[in-house]
Amino acid sequence: MNMIKRFKVSFSRMFNKLFRKKGACIGIYGPPNAGKTTLSNRILKDWVGNEETMGSVSHIAHETRHAKRRNGISIQTNGHTISLDIIDTPGLATKIDFHDFMEHGMSDSESKKRSKEATEGVIEAVKWLDDLDGVILVMDSTENPYTQVNVTVIGNMEARNLPLLIVANKVDLPEADPSGIKDAFPQHPMVPVSALEGVGMDSFYEALAKQFG
Amino acid sequence: MIYVQGIQLDLISEARISQMASMEKVRYIIDEVRKGKILVLEKGLNPMEEAKLIEMTMSAIQPDVFSGIEMQSYPANPDGSLLGKLFRKQGNKRLTVIGPANQLKTLKKDRNLISALVSASK
Repeated sequence: MNMIKRFKVSFSRMFNKLFRKKGACIGIYGPPNAGKTTLSNRILKDWVGNEETMGSVSHIAHETRHAKRRNGISIQTNGHTISLDIIDTPGLATKIDFHDFMEHGMSDSESKKRSKEATEGVIEAVKWLDDLDGVILVMDSTENPYTQVNVTVIGNMEARNLPLLIVANKVDLPEADPSGIKDAFPQHPMVPVSALEGVGMDSFYEALAKQFG
Repeated sequence: MIYVQGIQLDLISEARISQMASMEKVRYIIDEVRKGKILVLEKGLNPMEEAKLIEMTMSAIQPDVFSGIEMQSYPANPDGSLLGKLFRKQGNKRLTVIGPANQLKTLKKDRNLISALVSASK
C-alpha cells in the first residue's frame, strides 16, 4: 500500500473514531478449533448476559460455518466504556477433507455436507476482512503458532494498517505455551487467556479497549 | 517391473511471478497444484493474494478429487527501523511452498525453517 493510501486509511480511521456513532466492527479470526466461538460466547456472557451465545462449540473442526455478528456490545474497563460489534468467523483453512469428519463418526453424506458448508464459511471469513476495523486473532497456545492462517491474517492486517490483538487461548491446558506465540509475532500485542475457564479475561478486556477503543 | 512415480517440483523465480497480475498468480498456482505439482515461490505472494488464494482454493475443493492446498510461507520480517515503524512498512515477502494437501505435509515450521514431507501417494 503506498503512502497516500496509508494516509487515507489512517485519516479515515481517525475521523471515524472522532465522530463514531456505532461501535468498531471487530472480527474474531483464527484456525479451526482455536476457540473463537468459545471466546465470543465468553464476551457475551460477561457483558450481555441473558444466556445469549454466539454459537455452539464442538471438538469437531468447522462447527461454525457462517459468520455471526453481534452489534453494540458495551465493555467497561479501567473506567471507560467501549462499544464493539463482534463478528465470529468460521475457522480459516487451506484444506478441508470430508474424510476428517468421517473419522469423528459422521456419515459420508453428513461429512460431505459439512465439508461444503465449511468451504463456504472460509470464503465468507476471507470476504469479511474487507469490512472490519480490526481483528482479534485467536491462536491455540498448545499448537505451533507458525501456521499459514496466522501468517496470512497478520499480514492482511498489517497491509491494511488495521489494529490486531492476538489471543493465546487454552492456557488452562498443561502443554500451553503462550510465550511461543509472543516470540513468533513480537510486533503485536498478545494476551494469554482461557476463554473456556474465564482465565485472563480482565487483561483481555483492557487490551481490547486499548487496541480498538 | 518397478514403477517409480515422480513428483514435479517447480521453483519459480520472483521475476516470473512478478510479471503476473494478482488474479493470474492465484489462478496459475491453483491450476498447477491441481495437476499435482509442488511449487516453490522465490518471493511468495502478498497477504491479500494469499487470502485470495485461500478463497479460490475453497471454491475448487471437490470431495475425493481435490481437498485443498498446503501452503507455508515464513512470517514477514517486521521492519524495525524508525521509518518502518512510522509508516508500518511491510516486511519483505519470503519464500513460499505450495502443493496439494494430500501430497505435501508440513513437518515443522518456525520463523526461518519450513520442513515438509512430499508424498507421491494420492
